[in-house]
Amino acid sequence: MAALTEEQSLLKDQVSAWVREQSPVVKFREMRDSGVEQAFAPTLWPTVVEMGWTGIIVPEQYGGSDLGYLTFGVVLEELGRQLVASPLFASALVGASGLLLGGSEAQKKQYLPTIVDGTEIMTLAVDEGPRHAPVRTALQAKKTAAGYSLTGTKTFVLEGMAATTFVVAARTRGAAGETTGITLFLVPATAKGLSRRRLNTFDSRGYANLELTNVEVEASAVLGSVDGGFALLDGMLDRARAGLGAEMLGTAAQAFDMTLSYLKTRVQFGKVIGSFQALGHRAAMLFTSMELARSCAEGALQALDAKADNAAELCSLSKSKVGDFLHEMSNQLIQIHGGIGMTDEFDAGFYLKRARALEALYGNQAFHRDRFARLLGF
Amino acid sequence: MPESDPLSNFRAAVRAWLDENFPPNLKNKSVGMEGGADDLGPEIGLWRERLAKKGWGAPTWPKEYGGAGLSHAEARAINDEMGRVGAFNPIPLLTGMGITMVGPTLLEYGTEDQKRRHLPGIATGAVRWCLGLSEPNAGSDLASLNTKAEDKGDHFAVNGQKIWTSGADISQWCGALVRTDPKLKKHDGISFLLLPMDQPGVRTRPIKLIAGASPFCETYFDNAVAEKTDLLGKLNDGWNVVKRLLQHERQSQTGGRGPGGERPAKLEELAKQYVGTNDDGTLADADLRTRLTSHLMDARAHTLTINRITAEAKGKVNVSAAASILKNSATHVAQTRSELMLEVMGAQGLAWEGNEFTKQEVAAVREWLFGKAMSIYGGSFEVQNNIISKNILGLPETTQKG
Repeated sequence: MAALTEEQSLLKDQVSAWVREQSPVVKFREMRDSGVEQAFAPTLWPTVVEMGWTGIIVPEQYGGSDLGYLTFGVVLEELGRQLVASPLFASALVGASGLLLGGSEAQKKQYLPTIVDGTEIMTLAVDEGPRHAPVRTALQAKKTAAGYSLTGTKTFVLEGMAATTFVVAARTRGAAGETTGITLFLVPATAKGLSRRRLNTFDSRGYANLELTNVEVEASAVLGSVDGGFALLDGMLDRARAGLGAEMLGTAAQAFDMTLSYLKTRVQFGKVIGSFQALGHRAAMLFTSMELARSCAEGALQALDAKADNAAELCSLSKSKVGDFLHEMSNQLIQIHGGIGMTDEFDAGFYLKRARALEALYGNQAFHRDRFARLLGF
Repeated sequence: MPESDPLSNFRAAVRAWLDENFPPNLKNKSVGMEGGADDLGPEIGLWRERLAKKGWGAPTWPKEYGGAGLSHAEARAINDEMGRVGAFNPIPLLTGMGITMVGPTLLEYGTEDQKRRHLPGIATGAVRWCLGLSEPNAGSDLASLNTKAEDKGDHFAVNGQKIWTSGADISQWCGALVRTDPKLKKHDGISFLLLPMDQPGVRTRPIKLIAGASPFCETYFDNAVAEKTDLLGKLNDGWNVVKRLLQHERQSQTGGRGPGGERPAKLEELAKQYVGTNDDGTLADADLRTRLTSHLMDARAHTLTINRITAEAKGKVNVSAAASILKNSATHVAQTRSELMLEVMGAQGLAWEGNEFTKQEVAAVREWLFGKAMSIYGGSFEVQNNIISKNILGLPETTQKG
């Protein structure tokens, strides 16, 4: 763990205790089996709000505690360990980041306090196809007398069924593939002409596809600048990626701990299987990857807090390196557990499924390697 | 950089001193691992003397042993400031294993007399040390060593052969691991001796490697003499001494910033030169570009890990669990870099010598070949993984105990 402040260490212990008590992975299993449409336990969200985590990056004047991204990462890592499903990440990290980076004073006053008190659930609607490609934004926003009219589709919107407001990336000029001409809009889920459909995905989270047909919004719904929204979108996405880095690290670290404990207890050929050098070395190499991944995850969050010039590089580094480790660790979790790892009764499957879903979200490892190389100029 | 640096006055004083004392024509130079400093002229001797007088050869060692009694943070500040003006500290390189390994172990295990006799020579860069550890039949299984030291009353008589003794042919002293009681179990009958290399009972032979000439030697002891007062630690307790020594070795092989000198060219820039780019500025070889990116990410992750461990230790000399991965991680990064460098250079990467190849091309090839040793020396890749799985992860012993 990074050199945490006393406050952060206390928070880490608090979240860890809360998760084990209130929301261990069995709760996620119960939610899946109940088939609840919004894909998180309805009683969970109020308790998350009560803990104060929705206000971690929000300044005090809007009801938050303004503790920064590393602190948010501490919470997400612990939640990731037990696969807690809630709109905390989508709304209080990604949504709130959009408002903090690009929101007018009026927009901040309108949305931030309700994001903090949990009545507002904001999420980003960016992609329009099966692969993450923000620059391919094509959803049309036409200028009207009162504002804009939005028409198009959005796919795989995280917490799309629970959201009350979408941050919709739209094209006000140019063509898909160009960075200029993208504008972000704050669109209420209840807007006329907007419909959403739940996607039944293997990770049992609440993704939705959105269909927008002549959705009318006022000019005041623009978040940031008209045509110049790509930088803001990129900034939001980088905060999302750094947050996911922390959450994925937690998921992978738990998978590592489960595997290590199995290596010490499972007996075959009259010995615990961790005494076989092939498995000891595999564990050592996974541990090595984990420590390197942790440095990347924390480095990205610290760079955001410090507003460092290379924050974008570090966010891609984090998403990619933690993604690689989570990918390998989730496979090894099943491999080393053998047959039991294949059963739905055991939790390994939940970790594998969550792993692949988070790897793909906001750019998979290949996307971020390409982005990292471009940022370095090759 | 924190806003209020508590060392800002100290840094200013270091800068002023460097301004006065660092010979400008040594800027961005360094001495080789083999200690080849001859081509740097008389200034290198002058520069060493000035550093030695300040105690900055080993700044954290106590003043009475030739150090400057400074904190680790202050020592890092000196290193930083030197890097900033293209200066370097030649003393660690001139003392072989003295500054990085022998000195720290002497500080911990040495008697007062041993510290006073040996440490100042190291701290001032006057005495070069080698280490006699591995033997032809004792590599990863170091404790199976056979070199014997017999008590002859007033001295020890040492007999046997060591291998991979870096710089043995140019060192004045050697720290040698020897068997002092063959009847005890193999880890228990070992002692650590200090002995002078310039004596009739010691003979060295340099080893030529796949990369050409190397600092490694075979070292033969034929009734070599070690004084009784030069037993480091207790008799038959040498295994504990060497375990600490090897921890210091791993710390010095973790790929942290070296003692200055020229910074290597950026691999991605070289790749653009050799391979060319597409219209959008991306590298023309897409497959190479992906692997180069993965490598640069690994390198960045490694550097971030060193920074993290430093921050976690908050200046204390604290070996956190994460530190155990650094040797293998540093090795992986360096060896992959060399392989990519060779691939980037294409046919020019076959360079051995001659005018058809640049100095950099030849050096890159030698570095690639020499780098294969990184995953063998100082505890091989596999031995490091044994250490992690047993000591850090708490898994049962996987190797044979003898």
